[in-house]
Amino acid sequence: MREQVIVRVGAKVLVPFIILFGLYVHFHGDYSPGGGFQAGVILAAAFVLYGLVYGLDAVQRVLPPAFVQACAALGVMVFAGVGVLTMFLGGNFLGYGVLAHDPEHGQHYGIIGVEAGVVITVFGVMVSIFYLFAGRGRRSG
Amino acid sequence: MRIRNLFAVVMMAGIYSLLSAGLFTIMDAVDVAFTEAAVGAGISTVLFLGALALVGHHERKPGHTPLLPLIVVLVTGGALVYGTMDMPPYGDPGNPVHHHVADHYLEESPHEIGIPNIVTAVLASYRGYDTMGETTVVFTAAVAVMLLLARRPRRPEEEEDEA
Amino acid sequence: MTLLSHYNYWVVILLMMVGFYTMISRGNLIKKMVGLNVFQTSVFMLYISMGKIRGGTAPILMDAHGESSETAHVLYSNPLPHVLILTAIVVGIATTAVGLALIVRIKETYGSIEEDEINQIEAEGAA
Repeated sequence: MREQVIVRVGAKVLVPFIILFGLYVHFHGDYSPGGGFQAGVILAAAFVLYGLVYGLDAVQRVLPPAFVQACAALGVMVFAGVGVLTMFLGGNFLGYGVLAHDPEHGQHYGIIGVEAGVVITVFGVMVSIFYLFAGRGRRSG
Repeated sequence: MRIRNLFAVVMMAGIYSLLSAGLFTIMDAVDVAFTEAAVGAGISTVLFLGALALVGHHERKPGHTPLLPLIVVLVTGGALVYGTMDMPPYGDPGNPVHHHVADHYLEESPHEIGIPNIVTAVLASYRGYDTMGETTVVFTAAVAVMLLLARRPRRPEEEEDEA
Repeated sequence: MTLLSHYNYWVVILLMMVGFYTMISRGNLIKKMVGLNVFQTSVFMLYISMGKIRGGTAPILMDAHGESSETAHVLYSNPLPHVLILTAIVVGIATTAVGLALIVRIKETYGSIEEDEINQIEAEGAA
């Protein structure tokens, strides 16, 4: 696919918008359909598209495999970290009411926090699974 | 099911996934439709194609007759159809599923959580434990795939150590 | 009319039968995975169709702070099945990835992804 001009240019134009849309889906997930899982998948799709069109090496220069694997673990840690943080602040595990003076604002912060964890994990997992499948083909074939 | 070319099978599965996303939208589950479109039609198709590139895309003709599976499936389907006779009708607001905790979520979450998208509120706050478990499952799946695929395929001529 | 009011279950059962049949009648492992995905989607549809209320709308509140949401008399569909299925879809793709990875390893070990060929190789290895 590397010699198709339309595909190459189209992919290059689309990738920033896909990433922007993914971030929008995450941060606007409170008000419209969307949330962590979708945003993570959309962010991963941007890099998968880039990798499909420009080859695995190009995308791994931008996003090394070690980095996405670290992302996958980091996201779970962020999620659990928010839970532990609320516990240290005197609330229940994952009870976000204590994160701010107004419990409703605390809920906002907590939800954005755990959703960020979900985004990071899903993004890391999807991209690293894609790397593994694509990299396997290159090595054995 | 008669298509022997697995590429066609995978592309049909992607289209099916997109259509089911449309069906979810009709049934008011916009978040689910969003996820299904992104995951089922997008990432899943890419993963299947990646696997097909590794295992080859032609299916051999099955040797045995499909009669026994057909009977099993028909009996299962018949039993389930019989079972639906006791199920509540479609779209009725009086169904028991709507009167356990869903009322609480719909009425109280504006005051307790304060965000309009109730699906997000339930997902991240009321059912935070569930979501954390799911996140861990997804992470574990990635670890499993890494264990299975990250090592170099064993070939006699490639005995030098891994980079 | 009472009979037709259950058509959502029948659609789900039909899809489930298609997926189930693909899984148990085909020897090709990739096709089994596609069948499993169809089966999975049928379960998603079962849950989502149970959450639907006739005349309801998507569970996103009309005004941002919810002061008048009770007085507005808007009928929302049940959000709980949506939440369950949302996470189930993502977990489903993760398990699909694990299955595909296993298939790739099976192909590398046995040189085939047809079930009966693998059984044959196994039988020859044991004999």
